[in-house]
This record gives sequence, structure tokens and C-alpha cells, in this order.
Amino acid sequence: MAKKTYIQAITDALDIVLEDDPKTLIFGEDVGKNGGVFRTTQGLQEKYGEDRVFDTPLAESGILGLATGLGLTGWRPIPEIQFMGFSFEAVDQIVGQEARMRFRFDGTKTSPVTIRTPYGGGTHTAEMHADNLESYFTGTPGLRVVMPSNPYDAKGLLISSVENNDPVLFMENLKLYRSMKDDIPDGKYTVPLDKANVVREGSDITIVAYGAEVNESIKVADKLAEDNISVEVIDLRTVSPIDSETIFKSIEKTHKVVIVQEAQKMAGVGAQVASAISEGAVLSLDAPVGRVAAPNSVYPFAQSEDYWIPGADEIEEKVKEILNY
Amino acid sequence: MANEPIVDFEAIKNDLTNVPKPIQVLNESAEVTDQEVFDSFSDDDLVEFMKKMVWERALHEQTMNFSRQGRMGFYAPTEGEEASEMGTVLAMKKQDYLLPAYRDVPQLIQHGATVTEAYLWSRGHVIGNKFKARSLMPQIIIGAAYNEAAGVAMGIKKNKEEDAIAFTYTGDGGTSQGDSYEGMNFAGAFQVPALFIVQNNGFAISTPRKKQTAAPTLAQKAVAAGIPSVQVDGMDILACYAVAKAARDYITAGNGPVMIETLTYRYGAHSSAGDDPKRYRTKEDTQPWFDKDPLIRLRKVLEDKGLWSDEQEDKMVEEYKASFKDSIKEADKVAPDKVSDMLKRTFEIPTPEMRKEIEKFVEKESK
Ligand SMILES: Cc1ncc(C[n+]2csc(CCOP(=O)(O)OP(=O)(O)O)c2C)c(N)n1
Repeated sequence: MAKKTYIQAITDALDIVLEDDPKTLIFGEDVGKNGGVFRTTQGLQEKYGEDRVFDTPLAESGILGLATGLGLTGWRPIPEIQFMGFSFEAVDQIVGQEARMRFRFDGTKTSPVTIRTPYGGGTHTAEMHADNLESYFTGTPGLRVVMPSNPYDAKGLLISSVENNDPVLFMENLKLYRSMKDDIPDGKYTVPLDKANVVREGSDITIVAYGAEVNESIKVADKLAEDNISVEVIDLRTVSPIDSETIFKSIEKTHKVVIVQEAQKMAGVGAQVASAISEGAVLSLDAPVGRVAAPNSVYPFAQSEDYWIPGADEIEEKVKEILNY
Repeated sequence: MANEPIVDFEAIKNDLTNVPKPIQVLNESAEVTDQEVFDSFSDDDLVEFMKKMVWERALHEQTMNFSRQGRMGFYAPTEGEEASEMGTVLAMKKQDYLLPAYRDVPQLIQHGATVTEAYLWSRGHVIGNKFKARSLMPQIIIGAAYNEAAGVAMGIKKNKEEDAIAFTYTGDGGTSQGDSYEGMNFAGAFQVPALFIVQNNGFAISTPRKKQTAAPTLAQKAVAAGIPSVQVDGMDILACYAVAKAARDYITAGNGPVMIETLTYRYGAHSSAGDDPKRYRTKEDTQPWFDKDPLIRLRKVLEDKGLWSDEQEDKMVEEYKASFKDSIKEADKVAPDKVSDMLKRTFEIPTPEMRKEIEKFVEKESK
């Protein structure tokens, strides 16, 4: 057990999957000697050699096509897209090719790719480097989208993703990379895919969140606890598919819900969660479904990000509004 | 300021057109233009090449017939491209991986899929994708196969399969896709065993080759990726085979990828979905290609050698067509795909939501 950052937890997971399975391969732009622009793959090329961890030419569609082909020939590729804003270059390979492989071949051939990519904002990067593009991919049957909110989950979910025989888009929050530490068990452990986590138990209202907004929601739960308001916080962890059962169970107890996402309101998975609730738990509700999301502008330039990304204050305000409905 | 420009761009541009003549073994008058290569083929080889082209043309004719009867789904005609398709695919070995495009169904069958499976693919049934051959299903997204071929070739190399390579195909239009360059560039950068074949049949649906690119040849598009490339007479099966075989030998010797441009022609429409080639090309455009027909050319050589006759060919075509009729009857017996099965094969482990949907459809489908 040691205190580790989100990045260190990811490196840990990659080290374990490389060690465990000689078929795993890490590749992408600058992931080798440089250890990735965020140092997530630091030391791995040194340890496992250039055959297992290698730099590619600068072409996202090429990287993901390479992954598809390697996956089909018995390898377990873990390609990296340097920033999620560059994933558009590879949409056909991800959505049109990898996500469909099992389906197309009726399971007789598959390509078990785990695509890692940083997303999200608040770190004042250049334009196109920060964005919340999960909804472009959560609408893809055959593709799982995983968004860990803390170092512990990041390690366990990444190991589960790589071991899973279907493609996974593993999204790493830029701001969380170095802003939080957890006690991380040494060695291998897994966190299940497709399963949400109740990170705070409560009885007055449910917050459903994912990614960095889970931590903002926990702050709100802690603060409101001082006023004897009991908030349940659910971390989706896998955002496609969403774990509706866990959400319904919570709402049956609290009768009120607020959905929180970092993405613009018209993007993200909040709408999918709201729709699931209206289908499966609407009779348990005592108030409308509350939503907290970023405004529907194009992702802002660096200077304005901090006002734009929804934080604890906005969540608290919405929770109170729904509680007092 | 100097009057003479520092660079003579016009000279550089002109130099690009300075390319070798396409490789040929047998010209359109059925005269041998490369005796040495010609002599490397036995009489049996020549007969075998002819049979394959006759088979492919019969497959085309029968499939078009089925198509007119409304018994086919998507079909991309192959008439005219027999030398390019059969010549290159005959250089493949069973352990090679094929990444075909939608027009490369004959190669897929040649590589191990059954005609029944090909018909099921055409009709849009998953069984059409379940062939045992080392191949992807025919690729619809133009360019994607080139990217994936780099990955498959890297997989082959990593698996230490020394006598195997990845074969992939695209058309002249396909060379305009960024992915085709990315695929070749990756294959070159990693020196993996991939053979990129461009079947230049002159048109991408209605858009002529000239409108795709200012590059004088498509073969030279590989130069930027550091890959050796050649143009070959795509109506000459002996040349297509010899070049593909040489490329395969070169690649399996560990020399990295190769690109081949075959100069061929599609006689008919782009697809059986009803586009009319008369809208974008004249009879005068097409006639010279009929004169270059790969079957006429080799048939003449074989007849001169006393190895072939019309009666023999007619009988062969009849037998092939009868077998295609059996194949489609087999395909007719296959029940349509079930939604519950589709849901089951979307993920290895169905999601909770899907489990409910599967139950729902299983019940619906049992009624
Ligand atoms: C990415 C993509 N864009 C467009 C199409 C539609 N389309 C199908 S075939 C075709 C022309 C392709 O021409 P070419 O590459 O020369 O191959 P050919 O059909 O002549 O064999 C087009 C535009 C497609 N299938 N994929």
C-alpha cells in the first residue's frame, strides 16, 4: 500500500498487465522513451523493451488501425491517443471497425483493444487539448467507455479493461492526473466494469456523477452533512453501459436525484441517465430530475475554463433546489 | 533580385512523369513481351491461370443473373478485373492474411471462403462473415483496410510467422483517402510484411482517375512512405502473378512492405445497385479495354499451344454455373439472423440492459 497519484496508479496498472500477459502492447505518440507527454508510460519501455512499448508515426487513424490489426492477430493492444481532442481522426477505426469486430464475425474473431486517452479540462491547455467527448463514443454499441474518478479505481478499472475481450475506451481525467492521491494496494486487483459505485451512502438525495465531478459531489455531500442533509453519491465508473440498477435502488431510497457531468449539457451521459430514470424509476421520484452540466458553448479557451466547468457550488445549489422542491 | 528562380519547379514536376513502363509479360495481341518470365510458367500453370479467370467471369455472370432475379444483396461487379484479382491472389499462401475491399470477393473465395458464404455476405447475413479463411470481411470503408493491414502485418511479424504476409486491396479512389497513406507509412516505418495492392480500374464510381490526384501514377504514392512500388499491366494475369509473387518473396525475405498498382478496368457498373456507367464514360472510352481483355489474351496463347478449346471452356463455365446455383440454394436454406443473437454477440459479456433485451427477443422469436 502506498499513496499514489492517478497517473502513478495508471502506470502501475500498465506495468501489471504488461507483466501478466506477454501479448499486451502499448503504443502511440511519444509513449516510449518519453514515457508519454504526461509520463503515464514512464519506465515501461525500459522495462519491457521496444517490442512491447513503442512510439508510432503521428497518425491517430493509423494508430487505431494498427491496434485493430494487432488485435485480430492475437495481440492485446493498448494504444494511446495523446489527447482526446485528437480522437476524431480515428473515429472510423474506433466506432466503425473495432467496436463492431465481435458482432461482424459472430464472435469468431475479435480485437480486444483498450484505448487510453486523457480528457477533460481545467488545466489550461491549448485549444482542442481539453474537451469532454464521451458522448460521441457512448452512443456506440460494442464499445465500453470507462471514466475513473480516482486513483484506486483507475488502476483496478484499467486492469479490468485490458483483460476484457471487447474494446474499451478508457478516459483519464486531465485534472485528476496529479491533483489527488489514494492509498493504492501494491500488485494486482480489479474493479468491475459495468458497475457503478456508491461512494457515499445517504438517504435524502442521490447525486449521480462521473469523472472529476464525483469529487466535487463528494465535497458537497461532506458539506451538507454538517447541516444534517444526507446525500448519496454514485460514481458511474463505466459510462457506457450505465448501471441503471444501482441508480434505481438509490432513488427508491432517496426519492430525489441530481445528475452531474463536466461536459456540456447537450453532451455527456447525463441525458442517458435521466432517460433511464424516467423509464425505470419515475414513480419513486418526489421532484424533477436535477441536472448540473457545463453550458452548451464550444469548449472554452484556457482563461475561462474555471468559470465554465461546473464545481461544488453549482452542485450544492442544484441539490438544495431539488431538496426544497 | 535574381532573374533565374532558385528552383526549377516545372522540371521537378516533369520529372515525376518519368516513370518506367508498366510491367507486362503478354501484350494485348497475345505476344510474349518477357520471354524469361513467360518460360517460367509450365503449360499446367497457364491452364490453371486461365481456369481461374474463366471461373471468376462465370461467377460474375451468374451473380449478375442472381442479382437481376433479386436474389443478391450488395454486389460489386468484377468483369474486366480477372487478371488483376486472380493474378495477385494466386501468389497468396493459405497462411497469408487477406484484407479485401468489397470488389475483392473472388479473392476471398479463392483464399478459403465458400461461394455460399460470399452470397450470404452479399445478402447481409452474419454467416457470410464467418468463413474460416485468414481474412477480414470485404471492407466497405475505403482506406480502412490499408490501416488495418499494417496492424495485421505487425501481428504476423510479432508472431514470428516468417512465411506469411498481409495482402490488402483498394481502388484508385482509395488512394485519395488519408488512411491509405497512413497504412503504408506505418508499414514502412515498422518494416512489416504487408503487400498493398491498388486495383486502378479508372473510376471511383463515376469519378475518373485523373480527378483523384495530380500524381502521374498511383504507384508513386508509396514513395513518400519509403515503400518500393510498381505499375503492372492489370489485364495480363502472368504479369500480375509474377509481380505479386516477386513482391511476396521480397517481403517474406524480411525487406518490408511493397505496393503494386494494377492497371485494369471495370467493364460494367460500379455496383449492382443500378448506377449507369453511360453517364460518365463513352463506348469509345471502354472499347479499347475490351480489346485488352485478359481472357482473350491468354486463351489465344493456350489455343496456339493446343491446350484449350471453346468446347472445353463452355463445359467448364456450365459446371461452374451449376455449382453457383447449388451454392445459392444452400444460402437460401439459412434462416435470417435473430435479434437475440445479435444482442448476444455485441459483447462477450452482455450488459445488464442487454440481458433484459435478449430475454425479450428470445420470447418474441419463439412465437
Ligand atoms: C470512406 C468511404 N467513402 C465513400 C464510400 C462510398 N464509395 C463506395 S465505392 C466508392 C468508389 C471507390 O472507388 P475505388 O477506390 O476506385 O474502387 P473501385 O470501386 O473502383 O474498385 C465510393 C465513393 C465508401 N464506401 N467509403
